[in-house]
Amino acid sequence: MSRLIRTLMLILLVSGPTAASNAQELSGDDMRSLDGQVQEIKSDVLNIASELSILEERLLYPSSTQLAVFVSIDPAEKFRLDAVQLEINDELATHHIYSFQELEALQKGGVQRIYTGNVVTGDHELRVTMLGKLENGEDFTESDSFAFAKGVKPKALGVTLAGPASGRSGIQVGDW
Amino acid sequence: MRRAPLSVVGLLLSCCLATSPSLGDELKDLYFGEALYYAHQGHFFAALERLDAEVRQHDDVDEPELDALYHHINDAEFSLGDFELRYRMHHRAGRAITAVLEGAVDEIVRNDAAFRLARIHFQKNQMADAMRALERIDGKVPLSIRDDIEFLRANIHLAEGRPADAIGVLEKLQDSAGFGGFAAYNLGIAYLQDGQRQAALEQLERAGQIATDDPAELAIRDKSNLVLGTLLIDAGDHARAIPFLNRVRLDGPFSNQALLSSGWANMSIDTVDRAVVPWSILAAREVTDSAAQEAMLALPYAYGKLNVHGRAAIFYGRALDSFSAEVDKLNASIDSIREGKFLQALIREEIRQDKDWVIRLRSLPETPETYYLMELLATHDFQTGLQNYLDLADLRRKLVTWEAGFDSFDEMVDIRHGHYEPLLPEVDTEFRELDSRMRLRIEQHKMLVKRRDHMLTTPRPEFLATREEQATLARLEHIETQLQGAESPFAASSMRRVRRLKGMLTWTLETEYHERLTTFDRNLRGLDEAMATVQQQYEEYVRARQAATHSFVGYETPIKRLRAQVRTAVETIDRLMARQGHLLEVVAVEELIARRSRLENYGDKARFALADSYDRATQAQAKVDDRQ
Repeated sequence: MSRLIRTLMLILLVSGPTAASNAQELSGDDMRSLDGQVQEIKSDVLNIASELSILEERLLYPSSTQLAVFVSIDPAEKFRLDAVQLEINDELATHHIYSFQELEALQKGGVQRIYTGNVVTGDHELRVTMLGKLENGEDFTESDSFAFAKGVKPKALGVTLAGPASGRSGIQVGDW
Repeated sequence: MRRAPLSVVGLLLSCCLATSPSLGDELKDLYFGEALYYAHQGHFFAALERLDAEVRQHDDVDEPELDALYHHINDAEFSLGDFELRYRMHHRAGRAITAVLEGAVDEIVRNDAAFRLARIHFQKNQMADAMRALERIDGKVPLSIRDDIEFLRANIHLAEGRPADAIGVLEKLQDSAGFGGFAAYNLGIAYLQDGQRQAALEQLERAGQIATDDPAELAIRDKSNLVLGTLLIDAGDHARAIPFLNRVRLDGPFSNQALLSSGWANMSIDTVDRAVVPWSILAAREVTDSAAQEAMLALPYAYGKLNVHGRAAIFYGRALDSFSAEVDKLNASIDSIREGKFLQALIREEIRQDKDWVIRLRSLPETPETYYLMELLATHDFQTGLQNYLDLADLRRKLVTWEAGFDSFDEMVDIRHGHYEPLLPEVDTEFRELDSRMRLRIEQHKMLVKRRDHMLTTPRPEFLATREEQATLARLEHIETQLQGAESPFAASSMRRVRRLKGMLTWTLETEYHERLTTFDRNLRGLDEAMATVQQQYEEYVRARQAATHSFVGYETPIKRLRAQVRTAVETIDRLMARQGHLLEVVAVEELIARRSRLENYGDKARFALADSYDRATQAQAKVDDRQ
């Protein structure tokens, strides 16, 4: 149970039967009626978001040039990832510093789309640099380069990160 | 204390049963992983946006087994429902999970879906539907949700007013690792609802002694002791109530109420000096708490009973000052809310970065209105309204950002249009010329391939004659035609010579046929490669040409439509936010007015009691003086 839920639970437990009961009765029906309408508008906005993202992708990242790079961490890894930098053909593509929440999401199996951009068809080079901290508190940096070919279809590359202690290169790149 | 247990049951359930989206197997679909990345951060809108699109795309593919999401489709469908639930979209969540339930899925998956559906119905207060969903559970049940299912079942029974059924279920949950404390408390409440008062008291006593270090279970243990003590006080058994009230931790969330009740219980059995202790502690606590405020009056009352009127007068005086200050604070809060500052504070981004933001809100000096709203903030309807208001504010921010983006899209399309439009006619003219030449060559190539294939089964040596040989053969045939019918002796010898030459040529063609066919085949294969390269270049050109067109054509209508949709959505949200905000403000002001009214009432009592204490203190002093 998350801390937030626990906190809320404690607040909820504290609420006695007298607390705000009048106000609650006064507002209950209206609140519930509004709740239904709020759910509807959420659904509408989600549909707009979905359509907009398709339009945006078509406009900004056509499939013939689209390149997306995803980052994930092996759930067994204990190192703390601080930042990742990507260079494509020796040019900085992106640099991301991780918040605690983002790192936790990666550790739980989430995958971050760190970069979406355009490259022409043909051969390219991706250079990945990661900065982090080991369990013993020591800082580390690791870089590796990978060649990839861009065809006419959208290209997705998955970067899997591991700490230096894993015994292999800490940066693995796979085609998806 | 009658309404509390049931409301607690429901709220506990919604908190305890929330499960995290997770991936059991190796991730095969990056976009599903991306949705989880957002979900794990609590960004359910972003998670839903991505997963919804991914699932829709998966549904549209002709061969779903070749799609990466195929490996996670059940998880994805579940997660969709889960995210919708967490984003407080119960209507859609129910639909998504029902879809899983009715699909051809594994027994474990179906049972999991049935449980989730039951949970949604429970949260929507649809108890009969919740129970029907639980009844669909049959066969193998995932171990991780077995206790959850039973706890939910018991709570549905309780909510439906069937405590006897709940008792049977809760008794089996007493040793549950996840629900032990809650099940123990709920069992006590179930006995109480079932009219088994003695059993309820005994059960609550057990629940009040569970060994745990879990904060939530410690809280429920305190709650058990508080409820037990209150039940005994209600029954007039004050002396027996005191030990249970004393078990409530001093630093727990029920401490204030327990201290207050303990004081009154002692007063009831005339151990007034013992009432002073809990009330002294309580009176020194947070002044906005209603129990603390009551203690500020109760404490001098106890001193009065102990004939310490001077001290009573001092404490009444303090209480009066304090109530007066609090009334001023409440007035300021009411004004502040009416000026819209409460809603402004709620949507402050920096506050909501903190997961305990509701609590932090209270400590902000510029938002005094929240001092008295903690209890209100904890009620279910207010929470729903509040969350909806916050969600609407988030949605509005997104829509406004998108709205601004449309201008950039338009500009981008215009720039591309301006760039490509003059270039394309010339490119198209050149392309058409190239295209016709390409088509001609392609046809020629096809004919040669066909001829080669034909010759493999039916040898045609003349097809492989060189241009020179073909010319020679044609010339010989022409001479042969001219010589036919001629009667001169020279003609006969010439005809023989022509036939000999034709024979020699035929000999060459026949004997070299296989060698020539091999060479022809090799050359044709080389041509195949060249043709493939040309074809590829041709296709690339076509794609590039299409991409050029697609980069500026076909956007006008969708952008226009989306722009209109966004505008309409903003208008709807503004309307809903105004209504929701107004409702929150009204409810908050109502609450503050009720608290102010109570404080004013306390103030009046304190004022009279203060005067009375002074009188009594003066009289006592006079008596002492008389005796002297």
